[in-house]
Amino acid sequence: MNMRGAIAILKNELMRFFRTVFGSILSPVLTTSLYIVVFGAAIGGRMDPSQFGGTSYGAFIVPGLIMLTLLSESTSNASFGIYMPKFTGGIYELLSAPVGVAETIIGFVGAAAMKSLIIAAIILVTARVFVDYSIAHPVLAVGYIVLVAASFALFGFILGLWADGFEKLQIVPMLILMPLTFLGGTFYSVQMLAEPWSTVAQFNPIFYLINGLRWTFTGSSDVPIGLAFGFTLAFLVLCVGVIAWIFKTGWRLRE
Amino acid sequence: MVTQITDPILDIRGLLKTYANGPTALAGVDLQIRKGEIFALLGPNGAGKTTLIGAVCGLVNPSGGTIEAFGLDIRKHWREVRQRIGLVPQELSFDMFDKVIRQVRYSRGMFGCAPDEGKIEEVLKALSLWDKRDEPIRKLSGGMKRRVMIAKALSHEPDLLFLDEPTAGVDVELRRDMWKQIGALRERGTTIILTTHYIEEAEEMADRVGVINKGQILLTDDKTAIMAKLGRTEAVFELAEPMTELPAALATYPVALEDAGRKLVYRGGDGTGKGKREVAELAQDLTRNGIGYTGLDAHESSLEDIFVGLVKQGEKEMAA
Repeated sequence: MNMRGAIAILKNELMRFFRTVFGSILSPVLTTSLYIVVFGAAIGGRMDPSQFGGTSYGAFIVPGLIMLTLLSESTSNASFGIYMPKFTGGIYELLSAPVGVAETIIGFVGAAAMKSLIIAAIILVTARVFVDYSIAHPVLAVGYIVLVAASFALFGFILGLWADGFEKLQIVPMLILMPLTFLGGTFYSVQMLAEPWSTVAQFNPIFYLINGLRWTFTGSSDVPIGLAFGFTLAFLVLCVGVIAWIFKTGWRLRE
Repeated sequence: MVTQITDPILDIRGLLKTYANGPTALAGVDLQIRKGEIFALLGPNGAGKTTLIGAVCGLVNPSGGTIEAFGLDIRKHWREVRQRIGLVPQELSFDMFDKVIRQVRYSRGMFGCAPDEGKIEEVLKALSLWDKRDEPIRKLSGGMKRRVMIAKALSHEPDLLFLDEPTAGVDVELRRDMWKQIGALRERGTTIILTTHYIEEAEEMADRVGVINKGQILLTDDKTAIMAKLGRTEAVFELAEPMTELPAALATYPVALEDAGRKLVYRGGDGTGKGKREVAELAQDLTRNGIGYTGLDAHESSLEDIFVGLVKQGEKEMAA
């Protein structure tokens, strides 16, 4: 294990992030603040808290918004992180270096996950300005956020390897992740939906992620927490497996 | 023409590479590299030079054959082997927005070396990049960018260095400069394998030369041996008076009459200077025998002529 190599990649990736720190942090923070102001404060004041497990609507949507940011930031950070050297040709160095799958995951995926965790933390703090929310299980909340950040950074890494153009990089986050997150209960409780939609929503994997995180905040959710954790963990293991396979065969990496 | 090398630093046997979309880039390459030498791999575009380097450096999965570096199989011992190999690819490819020194540090770290600012400074100074160390790479000239690529490859002090077309697109002055630096690396004991289009480059720098075409090594030998074996001198004397037949006094020279007796052409020598001497003697003999000439055009065949000849010959053999 080339620990120095892993750290070098991690540092280099974080450095790229801090080079454009204002754009990287400001835009998700601004977007999320707008959601909270518009939905949470302006509209949410007219909602009946009994429909949201007794919490205010503003507090109800905070975990959903965190999840929205975590999923899109982790995925796009990691996919761009590995796609850029592929695009510029700089990947030659990674391939010729004594760097294997473990170092690459620690470096690229670790950095991408860290970036989205930094953004999630800033959003949590910003949300507190507008909404009075509390976290019922803080340790589990942090653990779950880290787990989701890591899983989707791994997923983004696979996406970045698969993509052979900028368009493909955008397609999955924009056309799959974002709609599923919106439909997965970021802004509503699935129980509020009429049949068949409340059943259809159960087939949306993001639904479990959002409700898992919501449980750690409010102590109640639409799904059992064990299922949400188990589901996320299985996704993480699957992604690690796929990356290990990619490194073994050299798919999209070696000619 | 295969020279057996004992204890090679790089030992390639039967290397094959067929790309998924069809073309065969390497058709059974055998190549042994001596420790400490500069080896120039010559070949036209698409000959397989870059694929060969890629296979050794981990960019290309070979379809068959074996590669050993430092006596270790590069698949089994990839970590140890890669740590000791440096690669400068043909294309400029790095994070253009990053600073020179940070990119070089990054490369050193990636290859598992402990941070060593002294070493980074030494590498940057040797490549005249020290003054530019805090500049973003995109602001550097093309030649300077190429040096950054070399600095990155040298940052982990490799024992074996691959330079893929190191001076492509570099102006003449900078090219000379780069040759000097490559020479200095050899002095320090680094084994260097370079690919080039410029025969001049191989002639100037290499200890040994290999010619590759269509995925096959046509020949490898010491540069001087190739010159001696295949080098020729050609000298054309334009005669004052046309001759119908060769005077007996000139029978010992490899000469012939051409252009209806108006030209006396010498073709001989061996690339080591013998040709030049004979042409000088021939000129004196002509004067002694009262044969006047109005012009003399002499030239040595370069590695380029040899190379072009070999490639053509190889293609003919393959077609047959």
